[in-house]
Amino acid sequence: MLKEYRSITNISGPLMIVEEVEGVKYEELVEIKMDDGSSRNGRVLEVNNDKALIQVFEGTTGIDTEKTSVKFTGKGIHMYLSPDILGKIFNGLGRPKSAKDQILPEKSLDINGSPINPYSRDYPNEFIQTGISAIDGLNTLVRGQKLPIFTGSGLPHNRIAAQIARQSAVLGKEEEFAVVFVAMGITFEESQYFIDDFTKTGAINRSVLILNLADDPAIERIATPRVGLTCAEYLAFEKNMHVLIILTDMTNYCEALKEISAARKEVPGRRGYPGYMYTDLATIYERAGRIKGKKGSITQIPILTMPEDDKTHPIPDLTGYITEGQIILSRSFHKKKISPPIDVLPSLSRLKDKGIGKDKTREDHADLFNQLYAAYARGKEVQELAVILGEAALSDIDKIYFKFAEDFEAIYVSQGEYENRTIDQTLDLGWKLLSVFPRTELKRIRDEFLDKYLPLFKKESSDKKITVSGGEK
Amino acid sequence: MEKIGNIVKVAGPLVVAKNMSGVKMYDVVFVSESRLMGEVIEIDGDLASIQVYEETGGIGVGEPVFPTNFPLTVELGPGLIESIYDGIQRPLDVIYKQEGDFISRGIQVPALDRQKKWDFTALVSEGQEVSEGDFLGYVNETSLVKHYIMVPPKLYGKVLKISSGSFTIEETIAVINDGKSDSDITMIQKWPVRIPRPYREKINPSIPLFTGQRVVDMFFPIAKGGTACVPGPFGSGKTVIQHQLAKWIDAEVIIYIGCGERGNEMTEVLLEFPELKDPKSGEPLMKRTVLIANTSNMPVAAREASVYTGITIAEYFRDMGYSVALMADSTSRWAEAMREISGRLEEMPGDEGYPAYLGARLASFYERAGCVKCLQKTDELEGAITVIGAVSPPGGDLSDPVVQATLRVVKVFWSLEARLAYARHFPAISWLNSYSLYNDNIKDFVIDNVREDYFDMQSEAMNLLEKESELEEIVRLVGIDSLSGQDRLVLLTAKMIREDFLHQNAYHEVDTYTAIDKQYKMIKTIIYFYNQAQYYLKMGADIEALENVSLSEKIARMKYIPNDETSRIDELEKEIDNEFNSLIKQ
Repeated sequence: MLKEYRSITNISGPLMIVEEVEGVKYEELVEIKMDDGSSRNGRVLEVNNDKALIQVFEGTTGIDTEKTSVKFTGKGIHMYLSPDILGKIFNGLGRPKSAKDQILPEKSLDINGSPINPYSRDYPNEFIQTGISAIDGLNTLVRGQKLPIFTGSGLPHNRIAAQIARQSAVLGKEEEFAVVFVAMGITFEESQYFIDDFTKTGAINRSVLILNLADDPAIERIATPRVGLTCAEYLAFEKNMHVLIILTDMTNYCEALKEISAARKEVPGRRGYPGYMYTDLATIYERAGRIKGKKGSITQIPILTMPEDDKTHPIPDLTGYITEGQIILSRSFHKKKISPPIDVLPSLSRLKDKGIGKDKTREDHADLFNQLYAAYARGKEVQELAVILGEAALSDIDKIYFKFAEDFEAIYVSQGEYENRTIDQTLDLGWKLLSVFPRTELKRIRDEFLDKYLPLFKKESSDKKITVSGGEK
Repeated sequence: MEKIGNIVKVAGPLVVAKNMSGVKMYDVVFVSESRLMGEVIEIDGDLASIQVYEETGGIGVGEPVFPTNFPLTVELGPGLIESIYDGIQRPLDVIYKQEGDFISRGIQVPALDRQKKWDFTALVSEGQEVSEGDFLGYVNETSLVKHYIMVPPKLYGKVLKISSGSFTIEETIAVINDGKSDSDITMIQKWPVRIPRPYREKINPSIPLFTGQRVVDMFFPIAKGGTACVPGPFGSGKTVIQHQLAKWIDAEVIIYIGCGERGNEMTEVLLEFPELKDPKSGEPLMKRTVLIANTSNMPVAAREASVYTGITIAEYFRDMGYSVALMADSTSRWAEAMREISGRLEEMPGDEGYPAYLGARLASFYERAGCVKCLQKTDELEGAITVIGAVSPPGGDLSDPVVQATLRVVKVFWSLEARLAYARHFPAISWLNSYSLYNDNIKDFVIDNVREDYFDMQSEAMNLLEKESELEEIVRLVGIDSLSGQDRLVLLTAKMIREDFLHQNAYHEVDTYTAIDKQYKMIKTIIYFYNQAQYYLKMGADIEALENVSLSEKIARMKYIPNDETSRIDELEKEIDNEFNSLIKQ
């Protein structure tokens, strides 16, 4: 029989203090019974002698110091799991959303999980074909990677995430997959967009939805991603599935973290966010990957809106230090109707080198993307120069770079929401674009590949006249 | 006799216990019945604040705290090399075998294998007088590292007994009498991590430590026993540079500390290093490497300890006369761990919330690097620790307190720039902002042992790059056509230096490592090109023609010429002459 306390002494913001308690554990789950019979959940943030500091997930509205009672459950927050979670909807604390989402649990797991031993990790090196050239060709996603999308308000990040979820395939393999969709503080419309898209493709039956929408309690969001990751770990490492987990929007999560930190009157770090935000985010992002000897994997796509499109804001900044690269969306691309508006230069996939090449994509892939990057970066510089000097002042070779950068954005990056390109199509397109350059400019590509591939496209491009003449002799 | 404390407060990684009088600062304690390891970091009367090296979820008031009366120590002895440890020297491979894929709490595993037998060969004979730091014998730990067993610090005396043979690390291999009593010597030593191991004297670094990375060796070299830092925003390639250095640096032992970084990066090292061959011996690189991994999701307090664990192991190998290189990726996470603990202690914060002692801690860590004369008295043995720390400033902003505090102590600054990384110019080390203060230290050695005109090449190339950045301003305003032929030649050569020399592909099998001899020949060829072109330009050659000579492609491909075929680079000078000659004739 668990003891009930009616000794709440202090309530402020999302926190309350209970006094004269005994045997309370740090991080323990707390049940709060309200005067009207309804109940709420909380978590112990600090114990100090006989005082316990409790964070209330559903907010403290209506809690009083006299009639509200508190029960310490003696364990952390658990998620109840069984293979039936697929196709079900849960709230931000992992409780079934409605009666039809009830499951018969096979086991329960603490949502905080345990850190994966770095020694038992298996290196992610299986190429995932997303059908999007800017990702497949230049910022290759691999199984077990955590690759966030950095976006701004009003940009089509949801459509890109849905497109990735829809088109993702591992070359030459049919395997069991699942999608875990975690919503933190996004609107009903945004979440419905994903649900509709999953329904259309039939993926809904292989999805677990954890929804904490904009009108749900904000503090609950602290638990929401962890609930989703617990589901993902269960499906991946116990049920051998390849799990894609979409976390949106991490910015709302960080705001909740900030709110609690402020309520605890902690010394703030940069821009008012708590100093431990890096560590806290790491406990979420690092729960992706592959494990030696296990078939399943967890691939994470967190989405976060950069406040004021500022990449150096603490949320994207700390995220970038933990995740294995980032896909950055560009507002100016979006205005130019480039879809998807992936800003290629600052985007990066750190694991691409292990996921591409012979037997994975194609032997020429690494050299090709290096060259495309270098040429596009130079092209962008030339474009800036042209703004000041006028196009006419450019040297012959710079004119080719100028045109290349334009074509690259219009043909390579831009492809539309429903075009699903194979990796060969993406790579060939890269060669076609590069074929406008004289061979001496293609320094990043090995001779053997230039000999093998360049002639195939050189002719074709001069037929189609997408090239600017000159520069070659 | 054992005294037990009681927990009164739990807040994240910080636990406060009462009834703790008698414990010393930085003593190790075990918290609760699950025996989580922690360290005392503040004492207030009867109360002690403890930073706990494991997650504290589920710990509550009233649970016991067991003091050990010992500071945090590491075990030093055969078996260190090829290991992967967490921040408090628990072997992660053993934990994996015992506990499975996830790290659970309260595990206690010895750092070194107690069962394994090592073949010990004695180097001294019975009756001989020995003193601290002297070699008693050695064990061939791996094919690359001969592990000397040393007389522990502060011990002098006569060897009463010593025998070669097969021993575990806990068995007595020798007995030393210091005139009063006998000490049994085993192959294992313990040493508190926060106290530097002793040495005879420090000496100035004077020998360059080549890394096979062209921008580093040729432009911003580091000395054996030196310190360097690599700050940069995310995505600028800090970790790739640290990995490249760990792979190719010309040191005998490598300590790699993954401090608060990604788990997959450690996996990458674990998978790659056994496959890669040391360019000198041809043996797998793993055979000289010790890994320490506290990934970002592992407990934060252990992150604070991990750098000390690493440097203490480095000092142990230094004492054997080895040149040790230590990479810490990233020191910012270490500083953040300090900040978190300091915040929980409710200390008054300094800049950006970092504790006021941040600078002092960083400085004392980097100061544990250096060239030393080892403790032993028998011969003039020298050892060195070279420390290379990555720094991850928020937003890439170099005014960050960790960067600033680091720059005050380190001598080499490799500044990574996002702009270069976006253009996929790797390593993204800025040639305009970086510096090395070791050029003077290593001058004599380089001139005598590498090439006489090494520094001439360096300054000539640097000049061209600096001129390029000035000229670029002009080009941006008035266009390239308005430049003189000489200036356009500067731009052309600078571009060659950037693209064909400084740019280096870590994933290309040849390009990943360039021997110093080849580096010199490459830069010399480019400078030769520049000087000759200047001459022919004066003779009336057309700059456009020079810009389009076909041998520029050959120069671009120098980097793919294997290190043992550098004679092919020598031939380029003749080709430059020939092609330029033909320009004049036309």
